[in-house]
Parts: sequence; C-alpha cells; structure tokens
Amino acid sequence: MRIKILIGALLGMSVLGGVQAADLLSQQCVACHAVAKPDKPSLDRLWERKGPDLYYAGSKFNKAWLVSWLQNPTTIRGGGVMFAKAVKGSADHTVDTIDAAQVPAHMKLSAADAATAADLLMALKGDGLVTAGAFKNEAPGSMASMLFSKLRGCTSCHTAKAGGPPTSGPELYTGGDRLQPDFVHAYISNPQKFDAHTWMPTLGLNDADIQKLTGYIGTLKSEKK
Amino acid sequence: MRILSRIQFYALVAGGIALCAFDAAQAQESAHAAKLYNTYCVQCHGINRDGNGINSAVMAVKPRDHTDTKAMGDTPDETLFKAIKGGGLAVGKSILMPKWEGVLNDDEIKELVTYLRVVSKTSAK
Repeated sequence: MRIKILIGALLGMSVLGGVQAADLLSQQCVACHAVAKPDKPSLDRLWERKGPDLYYAGSKFNKAWLVSWLQNPTTIRGGGVMFAKAVKGSADHTVDTIDAAQVPAHMKLSAADAATAADLLMALKGDGLVTAGAFKNEAPGSMASMLFSKLRGCTSCHTAKAGGPPTSGPELYTGGDRLQPDFVHAYISNPQKFDAHTWMPTLGLNDADIQKLTGYIGTLKSEKK
Repeated sequence: MRILSRIQFYALVAGGIALCAFDAAQAQESAHAAKLYNTYCVQCHGINRDGNGINSAVMAVKPRDHTDTKAMGDTPDETLFKAIKGGGLAVGKSILMPKWEGVLNDDEIKELVTYLRVVSKTSAK
C-alpha cells in the first residue's frame, strides 16, 4: 500500500513536472518564436515576428551553448530579429545606425529552466532541413578566413570578431560554440529552404567553398572558454 | 445642345475608372517594391538609398548610391535587372552584391528596377 502511494506520488510529480516543462515552450517561448513550422511563410511574417524561428532549434544549436546562453543571453543580432525595423538613416550621408531601443534583450532563465528549455528545444528538429553528415569535418584550410572575409563577402553581414559595428545578420564570432556544423552547411547552401523570404540570399557556392566556410565558422568561438 | 452623348459620357466614366484602377495598381506595385527594397536592399544601400546601409561600414566596396541621378541614368534597365538577379559578378562588379534570384522572382526584380528609376529620378533606359 505504501509503495503504491509512493509510486502514485512520484507519477503525479513527474506529470506536474512535464506540464510545467511544456508550459515553458508553449506558453512563454511561443510569444516571440515559432516552435512549429509556420503555415504561411510570408514577407509580412518576417516583419512581424519578434524572435527567430525555433522549430528547427534541435538541428541548429549546440545544447551546451543553449543552456549557457539562456541563463546569460548576449546580443546575437545587432539589429534585432529584423534589422530593417531598428535601422535609422542619417541626415548627413553617413552610415545608418541601429536604434538600440528597438532591440529588446532576451529574458534570462534560471539554470533549471534553461536546462528544461534546452531539452525541449533540442527535440525540435525541423524535419528534412538539415542533413546529418553533410559537413565532412575536414580542416578548413588557410584560405577559409579569406573566403569568409573577402572572396565570398560573408563579413558584410556577419561579424567574425567581437566589437565591430552591428550588421544585418547574426554575429558569427560565437558561431562555433552556438551552431551545429551540419546546420551551417545546410543554411549556407540554401537559406530559403529555412525561410523563403529571408534576407540572406542563396549564394550558389560550390560544396568545396561551403565545406571550408562551415569549418571556419566552427573555429569561431567565444574567448572566455 | 447636349455636350456629351450618353455613350460618350459612359465611355468617359469607364475611362476614369480604368485610370484610377491603373494608378491604384501602380501605387500598390510601388509599395510592394519599397517593401522589397526595405527588406533586402536597405542592409547595404541604406535607409536613404544612398549606399550608406548598416553593413556598408565594414564593406571593402561601397554599395551603389541609388540616388545618384547621373550614374543611375547611365545604367540601362537590363544591367540593373542583371545585377539584382545575378549579383555584381554578372555585370562585372563586386561579389559583395549577391545574386537575389533565389529570393526574388523576375516580376519582383522588374518592380525593383522600376522603383530604382523613381528613387534615382531617372527614366527607363
């Protein structure tokens, strides 16, 4: 009898824990993020959404990075999720600036909530978007940084070094900590597969270039480690 | 004497409606082109369309100033279309202008070419 009560209590706790964990994603994260593939991707949706899509988070992020970042969020997109809503023109023909007030900080989670959220997010795979093993894990070679910075122009939109001015794409100086290489390979190959309207175009690079760039981005890690 | 016959009157009304519809369609197309420009082009070409987008601070080649009436006036529509569709390399310019054919269809690129004529105060060439 006592054993039955104990089992019942444990079951109740686990169900309660499950409900709370699911709530985190379905009641908090969804306020800003798509955790399921949007029914109707459109240009207007990109302008209206408040945070990046997370329905393929489990194929995109490294779990350890997620757990850490959710507790101490940093700015990944200097212009916010839609740079065009935060950008301000100048009156004197100088470079546009970002209105920081339009770039809200991400909420901080407790260690327990961060771990729960990371578990839930890692289960969101976005079927068919990322091919496991696409990145061949070869050394990127000495030309890779040159490809990134000059020859393929990645650095126009993505910063590889901390401290630069904000640009229209997410920073990549923590890309190696944050992103799974197979995701990087898939995204560079065809960003429109992830969102038909996103403002990173499909560059039409050959696979050798994509392998090198993916390898190079994998080397870009936070200096704190 | 009646100034207009009934048929002439109706023809005039129909013409007026057609003209308004044409204007409305043009305005709608222009608004759509502006939205496309603000989504894809502004990051480099800037809010003022003068080549001073937020990304331009770190770019080795300054993006084209679309308000430059002289330079834009000298550039044919076909070149503008090719540059947007195939990127800078397609017209002998910088690789930093990427190709947009995977994002924009030909009709949208044509809308942008028309929009660039408005921005640069030039006419189709």
